Parts: sequence; structure tokens; C-alpha cells
Amino acid sequence: MNWSSFSDFLAMGGYAFFVWMSYGVTALLVVAEVAWVVRQRRQSLARARIQRNIREWSSP
Amino acid sequence: MAIHWFKYASPASFYGLAGRLAPWFAAAAAVATLVGLYIGLVLAPTDFQQGDSYRIIYIHVPAAWIGMFTYLVMAGWAAAGVVFNTRLSGMMVQALAPTGAMFTFVALWTGAFWGRPTWGAYWVWDARLTSTLILFFLYIGYIALRASIDDPRRADRAGAVLTLVGVVNIPIIYFSVKWWNTLHQGASVKPGSSSMATVMLAGMLVMAFAAWMYTIAVSLVRVRAIIVEREQHSAWVGELLDARAPDDAPGTSGGVAGSKGEKAR
Amino acid sequence: MAVLRRDLLLTLRRPAELMTTLFFFVIVVSLFPLGIGPQPELLREIAPGVLWVAALLASLLALPRLFAADHADGTLEQLALAPQPLSLSVFAKLVAHWLTTGLPLTLLAPLIALQFDLPASATGVLVVSLALGTPIFGAIGAVGAALTLGLRGGGVLTAVLVLPLYIPALIFGAGAVEATLGGLEASGHLSLLAALTVFTLAFAPWAAAAAVRISLD
Repeated sequence: MNWSSFSDFLAMGGYAFFVWMSYGVTALLVVAEVAWVVRQRRQSLARARIQRNIREWSSP
Repeated sequence: MAIHWFKYASPASFYGLAGRLAPWFAAAAAVATLVGLYIGLVLAPTDFQQGDSYRIIYIHVPAAWIGMFTYLVMAGWAAAGVVFNTRLSGMMVQALAPTGAMFTFVALWTGAFWGRPTWGAYWVWDARLTSTLILFFLYIGYIALRASIDDPRRADRAGAVLTLVGVVNIPIIYFSVKWWNTLHQGASVKPGSSSMATVMLAGMLVMAFAAWMYTIAVSLVRVRAIIVEREQHSAWVGELLDARAPDDAPGTSGGVAGSKGEKAR
Repeated sequence: MAVLRRDLLLTLRRPAELMTTLFFFVIVVSLFPLGIGPQPELLREIAPGVLWVAALLASLLALPRLFAADHADGTLEQLALAPQPLSLSVFAKLVAHWLTTGLPLTLLAPLIALQFDLPASATGVLVVSLALGTPIFGAIGAVGAALTLGLRGGGVLTAVLVLPLYIPALIFGAGAVEATLGGLEASGHLSLLAALTVFTLAFAPWAAAAAVRISLD
């Protein structure tokens, strides 16, 4: 273990701003991308379903 | 063997394969991220020269590697698309690009926040940073080209040509930027170039592995969405929709549920 | 050859387009002293980069001329169906394009260099480097222009696709002039630039032909 306390860990030896800006923005981007991909997947299925319903209703 | 591979080159069968594989890659990414962060942020000692600012290395270097590597993989798919004329190839290139661009951006961003304490400036025209910036431009070019072509088949083929032209140019760009950099005697300090402790190297490699697995997981889920979108009129998508519960409960698909584990990051 | 002759004639019949590109070059270059200040040492120092970037932008603006009109009137489709390989026709178009864009820019450059108080040796290297570099702009640009044929926002899109790929040529070309200014030998830069020109001219027409076919489908 490299840190004596949790606040010590957060302080990052005085480089807290740089380290946490790097890790924070990376985490944010990863979370955003995962959310985007999940949404993309759900939308693709929903759209395919709508298209199919349109086809079924329009054909006798 | 060849027959086996070409079977999965059809979007319909790749859809199933990707769905089965994605959760495993997502799980591997989540586990590796946790292990890598534990090694990098908790176990690894403070660097005697740079203090704790060096800990940015655990995302900066893996992001730069994966950003570069993803472009090469894209070019590989693009070449396969040109040679074998498979529809899946273009879809894979399309699915990989956003994640590659994201990692390239992360490499630039963390490079800036590492550069400030190390070089005293957020941006220096260091050869590696500059090449990464140009790589980011190449990703933006691909995404912009795709976005302005409505016909997906034309977008696939145009994107393949652009990606291949880009990948041929990457070594030239890298060499020219390096040459330019040495002539102008820019910042030649290489943080972390001194002999690295084994723990640090291990943390970096584990994080690179995590980023790699993450890229595979995300692009597999994304390619599934692209496949459904493009093949919505085909019979197999209709069967797929029939097989699923009528109300599409979120998280029912393995790929989606698995990649949620990434939020631990 | 017929393509080359035809393209040359068409461009020469409308000299206004050609002149606009050249004026653009002159105007952009003249903006820099106005924006930065007229100190001769400073101007001499930035001259290689400024002249090269301005020539690059002027070449970029001329790119739509390469295919757009032929695409609109169907000539491009005929070329694609013609017995001779399309890459050869593209190469002929590139030569015609260079003769009406790259070459005039190269010849104009020493005149503009006077504004920046560039010494004669550096001006000579500037001319040689532009003569070697402008074909690269045309050849790589042809790929970008062909890929974006008929797309909305074509011009800006071409710039985004093509500009990152121009960087090596810019580095070697401007670097050659800069080396001469610094009293160094420019031959290293120039030979690398020449190698790049040969390499680009060997592969780009082929890629541009593929891109033209994709856009015609």
C-alpha cells in the first residue's frame, strides 16, 4: 500500500488536479460511450420493429 | 477453416456471434480495469522524479496504443472489404471508428494534463503528441465522410478507400513529424522513459489490455446495432424481433448488460 | 492524352477560375504581414511556413475543378467506361490540373517571396520545393475530391479529409526553405520531398480512380 490515508490518495502528492482531470474525463467519456452504444442498440431494434409494423399494416 | 470464417462474414451470423462474445469481452474489460487501476493507483510507488503526476501514464499510454491500434484494425477490415467485398467489413470499420477516436482524444487530453506538471505547458509540439493529433484528424475525417454519405454501401466503400489511404500515410506522417521535431529541437524530454519499475509496467499493460477488451466489446455491441439498422427489411431480423419479448426490456441482451459493468471505471 | 488536352483547353478557355486561385494565394500571403507586423526579420522567419501553407490552401480551393464539372455533365462516367484505365485518365487530369494550378503557383511564389525579404538562395529552394510539392497536393486532393463528389458540404469535407494527409509534404517543403534560411543544406529535405512526390504520384491516381468509381455508382 502506497497511501497512508484516503485523503492522501485523493491529494495525489499535490497533483490531484492533473491526475483526477485525466481519470475523470476518461471515465466520463467511457460512461458516455457505453450509454450511447446501449441507446443505439435499443433504437435500432425499435426502428426495425416500427418498419416491420408498417410493412405488415400496409400489405393486405 | 476458410469456410468457417466466411460463414461469420455474413452479417446475420455475425450478429449472433457478436452477441455471444460481447459480454465476455466486456467482463474482461471490467475486471482488467479494476485490477489495472488497483495496481496503478494503489500498489505502484510514487515516481521519484515526477511524483504522483506520472500516474496518468496508466491511461495515457494505453489510450495512445489502442487509438493507434484501432486505426490499423479498421484498415485491416477496410482491406478485407475491398478484397472480399463483404458487407460486414464496412460495418466493422464504422463500428470501430468512434471508439478509436475516443481513445485518441483521451491520449491527447491526458497528454495535456501530464504535460503541464512535467513540461510546464499543456501542449508542446512533441513528436508523439503531434502524430496523435494528426491521427485524431484522420478519425474525424472518416467519421465526417461517413456522416455525409446517405447510401451506406457507398459510405462503406468510400470509407474503406479513405482508411487505406490514411494507413499508408501514417508511417510517412509519423516519420515527417519526428524529423520536423528533431530539427526544431522541440521538447525532447520523454517522461517515463527512464527504466520503469515492474509494477508500473504491469499496471500499464493491464490497462492496455482493459482498453483493448473494452474496444472489442463496445464495437461488437455497436456493430450489432448497425447490422439491425441496415438489415431491417430482411427476413432474419423479422424472426429476431419475433423471438424477442414484444416490449424490449432494456438490458435483456447479453451485450448490453455486460458492457454496463464498464461503469465501474 | 486526349483527356489532358481537353482539360487544359477547358481551363484555359475560362482563365478567370485560374486567376482566382492565384489571387487567393497572393491575398492570403499578404494578410500575414498585416496581422503580425512588418518587421523584416520576423517576416523572413515565418516566410517558408506562410508561403507553403498559403500555396497548400490555394491548391485545396482549386480541387473541386478537378472532377465536379465532369461529374455534372457525365464526362466522368464516359471516362470510367472508356477502354483505357480510369487511373490513367485521372493521371492525365492531374497533369492538366497541375499545369493550371501548381505550376502558376510555383512561378508566382518568388514574386511573393519579395514581400518577405527572402534571400535569393531560399527563393530558389522555395521554387524547387513547390514544384515538387504541389503535385502531391493535387494527387492526394484528387482522392478527397473524388470521394466527396456530389455530397453536401463537399468543399469543407474535402479539406477535412485531405489536410491531415498534406502534413508530410508541408513539413519537408517548408523545412527545405527554412534550412536554406538557416544556412544549411536543403538537399536532404528536397530528396525526401521528391521521394514523397514519386510515391504519391504512383499510388494516388489509382486510389482516386477507385474513389471516382465509388462515387459514380
